[in-house]
Amino acid sequence: MAINVKIMDRPIREVSYVRATLSGLALTLKHMVDPHKVTLQYPEEKWDISPRWRGTHRMLTTEDGQAKCVACGLCPTVCPANCIKLVPGEDEAGNRYPLVFEIDEFRCIFCGYCQEVCPEEAIHMGRHYENAEFNRERFVYDLERLTAQTHPVSELWDPADPRGE
Amino acid sequence: MLDQSQLDLPFLPFLLATIIKMIAMFTLYMVSVAYTTYAERKISAWIQDRHGPNRVGPFGLFQVLADGVKNFMKEESMPGGVNKPLFIIAPALAFIPALTAWAVIPFAAPLPTPWGRVDMVVADMPIGFLFTLAVTSLGVYGIVLAGWASNNKYALLGGLRASAQMVSYEISMGMATVCVLLVAGNVSLTKIIDQQVFMGWNVLVLSVASFIFLVAAFAETNRVPFDLPEAESELIAGYHAEYSAMKFSMFPISEYANMITASGLFVTLFLGGWDIPLTSWDNFGPFTVGKFTATFAMFVAKVIFLVFFYIWIRWTLPRFRYDQLMSLGWKVMLPTALAYVVIVASAMLGLDMAGLARGKLFGLAMFGLNIVLLIVLFFILDRGRLVSPAASRLDRARLQHLRSQAPSRATLNPKEIR
Repeated sequence: MAINVKIMDRPIREVSYVRATLSGLALTLKHMVDPHKVTLQYPEEKWDISPRWRGTHRMLTTEDGQAKCVACGLCPTVCPANCIKLVPGEDEAGNRYPLVFEIDEFRCIFCGYCQEVCPEEAIHMGRHYENAEFNRERFVYDLERLTAQTHPVSELWDPADPRGE
Repeated sequence: MLDQSQLDLPFLPFLLATIIKMIAMFTLYMVSVAYTTYAERKISAWIQDRHGPNRVGPFGLFQVLADGVKNFMKEESMPGGVNKPLFIIAPALAFIPALTAWAVIPFAAPLPTPWGRVDMVVADMPIGFLFTLAVTSLGVYGIVLAGWASNNKYALLGGLRASAQMVSYEISMGMATVCVLLVAGNVSLTKIIDQQVFMGWNVLVLSVASFIFLVAAFAETNRVPFDLPEAESELIAGYHAEYSAMKFSMFPISEYANMITASGLFVTLFLGGWDIPLTSWDNFGPFTVGKFTATFAMFVAKVIFLVFFYIWIRWTLPRFRYDQLMSLGWKVMLPTALAYVVIVASAMLGLDMAGLARGKLFGLAMFGLNIVLLIVLFFILDRGRLVSPAASRLDRARLQHLRSQAPSRATLNPKEIR
């Protein structure tokens, strides 16, 4: 026998196997006939995700369809996972724009710093989680893909309204 | 020796009828086994507030087919160092006895045909029950050989547990059925059903025996709470840890087949077989197709209820500890069964000497005796700690002393253990 086994004089109603078995059977039967089930029928039903849910990114665009990004370089700097690749370019008028803007969603830790740091409110986290692909290369989202995303973007935490009400 | 009713049938129709019965029962049996797995998944899901399989076909009814196809398509791995012949034959050995035992279980009232009366049992053996007892005992070979041939320590442990458990519980099971044979005065399952028609079902006439048989049947089929051979938390998967694809699938199939056979046996021995309760129109000739259908439906309903009971128990009770399993088998079930045999034999002798004919009144007297015995049995069981608790290894006086001190110190010094 193991050391320090408790030997307590419990009342019969607690040590009886018969009563425990019967009450257990009653409990399982009650659950069996109970029509309320907890399963979420996933592809048909989905959870309501939080407005601050941080999923795969989205690049917002201006009215003429160009990415809002000005290639300032803040997001690759702040990114702790080093998953953003940015090559800045500049047009004749001196406006900067990203020549290459790629996010490796495999390396991304979805911290949301890029969205917080972006001065132009261009890069956003998305409220989205169905990201399955058939190969690994597809998980590097380029600028075209990021601007083409349509899912809702996540909201930033508002200190004035900490619970998001 | 052939039964009189079979002699009514000329040889060729008898052969034909037997072949048809074999094919029909085999098909029905396999489909039932398949759908028992579905029922298990559905009922376990409902008990756990889930939906269960509901994607393949209406209500997930084709899940069984999908599983079958999946199991056939999967890769079969052959681990290194296995005993190949035994490794391959073990799954079949586990399944065949369950199927074979079903052959002697009568499943409906006899069916009239233009050539004579066809008994609705694949093989109406005069040794009936002894045959099932012998054949179901062979089921352990599949499990033990699977464990042995796998070249895996856990599998071997599972096989060892299975053999010890099945041998232990087979004795109580046999003792419980001795009472049935005593009351029926015959070992033919057809005769046992006849006896229950006249005397009342054995679940009333021999309640304690039916309880013991039920518990032993759970142990024999390795179902929870006696599923120690495959205890997944201790032995990975026990004896079938090394199996894959269809060879693995044969073990669950044989488990469910055993479950159905055990249910069929319990129904035949204790629930009156195909007898419809509270009526007698179904038990006597002239037999018609209608009677056949009604009694067959009754039999199927009873078996379904018992299979449901198996599943219900499985998703309710936790597994026994191994020493508890053994002490329950040898220290509780076997003495109870032996004492019960003696009590039933003396009671029958007493009732016979009192001049009571074997009939409804006889059954009623036995039922009264059983009520008393059940109350005594459950009163003792209700005291708890019968099944080897930690305290059972202490001196009774020492335990009393410790308990008197329980409020001040709830734990025990290692030196105090005997």
